[in-house]
Amino acid sequence: MNDTILTAEHITKRFANHTALDDVSIEVPRGKVYGLLGPNGAGKTTLIRIINHITAPDLGTVTFNGHRLTAADVVNIGYLPEERGLYKKMKVGEQALFFARLKGLSRAEATSRLKEWFERMEISDWWDKKVEELSKGMAQKVQFIVTVLHRPELLIFDEPFSGFDPINAGILKREILKLRDEGSTIIFSTHNMESVEELCDNITLINKSRNILSGAVSDIREQYADKEYRLIYKGDPARLFETTDALGAKAEILPDDKFGNRTAAIILDTAEKRRLISGLNETVDIVGFERVLPSMDNIFISAVKNNG
Amino acid sequence: MNNLGLVIEREYLERVKRKSFIITTLVVPIVMIALMAAPTLFMIFGKSDEKVVQVVDNTGQIASRLQGNEEIKFVASTAPVDTLRANDDIEAILIINADAITNPGKSSTLLSRGSVPLMTDTYITDQIKKAIEDIRLESYNIEGIHEILDSIKANVTLSTVRIDKEEATETSSGLSYVMSMIMDLMLYMFILIYGQMVMTSIIEEKNNRVLEIVVSSVSPFQLMMGKIAGVGLTAITQILIWALIIGAGSAVAVPFLTPDTLGADAPQELVAAMTQVTDAGFLIELFITTVLFFIGGFLLYASIYAAIGSAVSNVQDASQLSTIATLPIIIGIVGSMSIMNNPDGGLAFWLSIIPLTSPMAMMARVPYGVPVWELALSIVLLYATFVFMIWLCAKIYRVGIFMYGKKPTLTEIIKWARYK
Repeated sequence: MNDTILTAEHITKRFANHTALDDVSIEVPRGKVYGLLGPNGAGKTTLIRIINHITAPDLGTVTFNGHRLTAADVVNIGYLPEERGLYKKMKVGEQALFFARLKGLSRAEATSRLKEWFERMEISDWWDKKVEELSKGMAQKVQFIVTVLHRPELLIFDEPFSGFDPINAGILKREILKLRDEGSTIIFSTHNMESVEELCDNITLINKSRNILSGAVSDIREQYADKEYRLIYKGDPARLFETTDALGAKAEILPDDKFGNRTAAIILDTAEKRRLISGLNETVDIVGFERVLPSMDNIFISAVKNNG
Repeated sequence: MNNLGLVIEREYLERVKRKSFIITTLVVPIVMIALMAAPTLFMIFGKSDEKVVQVVDNTGQIASRLQGNEEIKFVASTAPVDTLRANDDIEAILIINADAITNPGKSSTLLSRGSVPLMTDTYITDQIKKAIEDIRLESYNIEGIHEILDSIKANVTLSTVRIDKEEATETSSGLSYVMSMIMDLMLYMFILIYGQMVMTSIIEEKNNRVLEIVVSSVSPFQLMMGKIAGVGLTAITQILIWALIIGAGSAVAVPFLTPDTLGADAPQELVAAMTQVTDAGFLIELFITTVLFFIGGFLLYASIYAAIGSAVSNVQDASQLSTIATLPIIIGIVGSMSIMNNPDGGLAFWLSIIPLTSPMAMMARVPYGVPVWELALSIVLLYATFVFMIWLCAKIYRVGIFMYGKKPTLTEIIKWARYK
């Protein structure tokens, strides 16, 4: 077993009036949580459908466990679609059993696993309810269980948190991490950046059909972190700007800190950090100079803006 | 293959458990029985109490010859008409003029309180006519006239026997005609109701996106087969229950229609028909071929409807296409009518070989007897076409899913159809 469970290479998919994916490649490491980020309409769901063998790409290949993805691989993938699909007239328990048995579980095995999962997700008393009686969030919990029940190697969740209140979103996050710890690989798409910071090991950011940023979350934050600093100083802001302008950095005035020191956000741009510090040392009285770890939110926004 | 069973089970149980299914399954036979029983019921409840008709017979010969039945009782009366009319208890007075025997037209009058049912009117007229005819006959004074008349009565039935078949079988063309027509119409209803059920089920699944999950576990071929088989089983369940209820309900009525009880007055055609029905060999042959074509016809059209469901994204789009799909059925049925006039003609042959019309056309031909090789060829073609349709429909279904938001070109459809 190699360390990559799935790769998609040079995937292109065109629809009548637009290109949904344009030469997108991703590489999903085994046993990790992989986030697929991007603004609405970026092409995330299309990519997921291609990985799931629901749609075919116009160009490019998907490799699963070292071979080209075929219909037979689909049993090893659990998929939670963005638009939840359950039979409305069927009872929750019966329906879950049906899907579990379709995935090859015996009736007895499926029943015992389902009981356990219903307890974990705190929905034990829904077994005999019809799906049409459930709220959106409730149906989603059922669908989540259906997706993970047969313990597939690869789990794909399309916007798993949409429609959940914070408590249930918390339960879902807990279960996702648990599944990862039990050895599953998880791909999920979202634009909820908070969940990315909590859950994802790796991400790919898709914007306007193209892959604009991908890698391990820690690396990406590091990479962006090297550019943004916070300067606490005493002195004349005008002289600060002179220095940063001369050295090719950008400065922005932030509110003074609680000791009355001035504060500024510095973005390095083309400037070199050491030269900037020594330059600043000449013009203002440096009280502190620290690296700012950007939130995924900021990374997302700045990456999308730069791409725009 | 295991998944195919699961899909069938789900489709079947979901339908059978529905309230609408249970209601129609129970209500339809009740309505049917009610319809069948209606004439009898009308007769029972519509029957008035025995009506006493006072007969004022001015000829003095007719009154004694009038025979009453359960509804009408004739009582000869000698009282004057005016006295009878004045009596409110008397419901009806029949006045027969003195010259009735020589001049029967307009010779009798029925005075009645309340309206006179047509049946009563006809019955009384018949009785008077019979009486007058008898009196006239007797006036010729021919000895043994009644015996002579009885002895010259003749009932004729034409027995048609096929001599081109190895075993000469007695057939009844009237019965064949009726049976063919009934089978054709049943097949038509069956296809229309249950075939379209397959179609809507597929469209529904597409609309609520269940298919994204289903497709990840079941091949489109299995899904299509499962749906058609599930709906087919539902249909069989429903029809069996109907048959049982209607059978039990009409068990009371049928004994009156068997040859023994039909009596000598029954139309000879009906007697021959009933004799043929009880011929076991004919029944088995008819049953097997009918079932084969019935099932084949359902499967073929269900798969056509499934293909339509796979190709479109909503019910509105489907309705136009499904109208086109019913055309061959109608051609088959209309064709069947002319087939019944000429069961061995060229039209009959081709309509019963071409798969789209063969279920209907064969239904029409089978009661008249069809060469075995034609039956075999037709059945093979029908089932082969069905398998091909299912295969095609699985492909269309696959492509239909690919089509989310995209109108495909022909090359793309071919490419997708081959995508593994």
